Amino acid sequence: MDLLAIDVKGLFKRFGDLVALDGIDLSIRRGECVGLLGPNGAGKTTTLEILEGLQVPTAGEVRVLGRAWATDADALRQRVGLALQETRLVDLLTVRETVELFASFYARPLPVDEAIARVHLEEKARARVGTLSGGQRQRLAVAVALVGDPELLFLDEPTTGLDPQSRRALWDVVAGLKARGCTVVLTTHYMEEAEVLCDRLIIIDRGRVIARGTPQEMIASLGAGQVIELEAEPAPSDARLSEVPSVVAVQRQDGRLLLRVGELHRALPAVLREVEGVGGTLRHLSTRRPTLDDVFLGLTGRSLRDEKEKAA
Amino acid sequence: MRTNPLVQLLLMRLRLLWRNPGVLFWTFVFPVVVSMVLGTAFERDVLGPVKVAIVDGAGAQALAERLATEPELAVLRLTAEEAHRQLSQGKVAMVLVPGPALELRVDPSRPEGRSARLLVESALSPPSADRKRLRATPVSEPGSRYVDFLIPGLLGLSLMSTSVWTMALPLVIMRGGKLLKRLGATPMRRGHFFAAFALARGVFALLEMVFFCAFARLAYGVPMVGSYLAFAGVVLLGATCFGGLGLFAASRIDSDESANGVFNVVTLPMVFLSGVFFPLERLPGWARPLIEALPLTPLNAALRGIMLEGAGLTTLAVPLAVLLAWSVVFYAGALRFFRWV
Repeated sequence: MDLLAIDVKGLFKRFGDLVALDGIDLSIRRGECVGLLGPNGAGKTTTLEILEGLQVPTAGEVRVLGRAWATDADALRQRVGLALQETRLVDLLTVRETVELFASFYARPLPVDEAIARVHLEEKARARVGTLSGGQRQRLAVAVALVGDPELLFLDEPTTGLDPQSRRALWDVVAGLKARGCTVVLTTHYMEEAEVLCDRLIIIDRGRVIARGTPQEMIASLGAGQVIELEAEPAPSDARLSEVPSVVAVQRQDGRLLLRVGELHRALPAVLREVEGVGGTLRHLSTRRPTLDDVFLGLTGRSLRDEKEKAA
Repeated sequence: MRTNPLVQLLLMRLRLLWRNPGVLFWTFVFPVVVSMVLGTAFERDVLGPVKVAIVDGAGAQALAERLATEPELAVLRLTAEEAHRQLSQGKVAMVLVPGPALELRVDPSRPEGRSARLLVESALSPPSADRKRLRATPVSEPGSRYVDFLIPGLLGLSLMSTSVWTMALPLVIMRGGKLLKRLGATPMRRGHFFAAFALARGVFALLEMVFFCAFARLAYGVPMVGSYLAFAGVVLLGATCFGGLGLFAASRIDSDESANGVFNVVTLPMVFLSGVFFPLERLPGWARPLIEALPLTPLNAALRGIMLEGAGLTTLAVPLAVLLAWSVVFYAGALRFFRWV
């Protein structure tokens, strides 16, 4: 059996003059949970929709569960489940009616009640969709995605705009699917989500893959044990700071300096001397362990947090 | 456990129609309200007796008695001054001044004066054996009143608008909310999806017909001269045709605002032109061929033909063929242009 759930080579997609995807290669193993990260407009959703068979690539080879959409669409749709970034389900139907409708399209669906139970919406089974909260709607969208008992599940920003509690509830659902051996491909703006759920991450920017690996590998690739965040008035120049021993990289974000450093005990006193040297006054100083957000910032010059706010 | 997708899709459509107060209003309440308003507004009054005045004086009593034999005359006895005042105000149609030669005074600008003169002449002429009184039988039978004309036209109008809107608007909303895209990503058969829309529309069109015909019969005594079966067949063909128009019109729209505009543009001309409220004969001759070709015109013609004249489907072959031709055009266009995303 083909061990790759998704095998993509040289994927291009153009919309008129706009190049949305500029040569993407992906290989995702069965049972993996992979996160696609990237700024808005990087091509995450386009990639996902091509994998879902909703868009046709301009060029490139796409094999999903060992098959091609062009020739095996009917068979593939039976085996793939998905939740679009935002789907407005029918407000006047109840939760149960909605799940039952989608279940009827599949050859071997889950029992309707089981699909509802997996997303913990039992109490809302008889409620109209129009009365659900944002988090409950997203869980319903996931119930609808998994009612066909898919081998491969695509979730496009499943938790965007949800409160932390609803987000965690959805994480449990996805973790449960992983535990059953379902391959999951998701996009997200939340680095915490990516770290918790994903075995592997793929960062896309301007239609290209710019990094891939496990969350731990990616953070390790920064070569920095700590991040110093500081605000000073006036601040030393980036050039001076980057020559400080043990400083790996200097970046600015929202008027704040972010310094990725190898050894804090060597870097910090020297950084403070630089601030003193330009007669600066410290307004903020803190240190922390590097996160995926630092990986993202280092690669794209933008923060995942900004993207999250833009999306919300 | 697996349920039939067509049944599930049909259930979804029926639930949506049934749970939507707007749909219920436009399907059932609106045509009833319009027919009540228009039926009452155009109900013509039965003419009362013609009022005439006799100027008091010699011979007035005898004259009054002779005129009393005519039931369509109402005779007042007034003073000369009062009689003329009422004539000038139009309260009486004629003033009779008894005397050696009976004098009749009328206002020449009022038509009632002429009726009054004829009625008075007939009442005063000596009865003769060879001159039988002509008898008039009042005719205002169900089937020939304005409300009879209106009811089938309103049913046609209502079928057009409910078919276009209940077919098209949900599709626009589903496309705008990406539900069409989501459904397109399931193994759902496209044919099942459209069949469910068409079947649900058919069910509601028949309910609409039964409800409206029952109302027209109970409230106005509007008869069904032809066969209910043929009538139901025409209703279904009409709903199919206009459902196709809705599907076609909505095949690419994804926002409510543009939907409103487009649906009004495709339906509004027919509301006024296709013989809903008044007969086509009132429209200029050069426009007739164009208007006869609009799909609502043959639908109204067929509904009226069956309901009021008992026409059979064979005599309605031409309008039905026009409807069928439009249906083919609409569905072919919809299949060609329909967008799932």
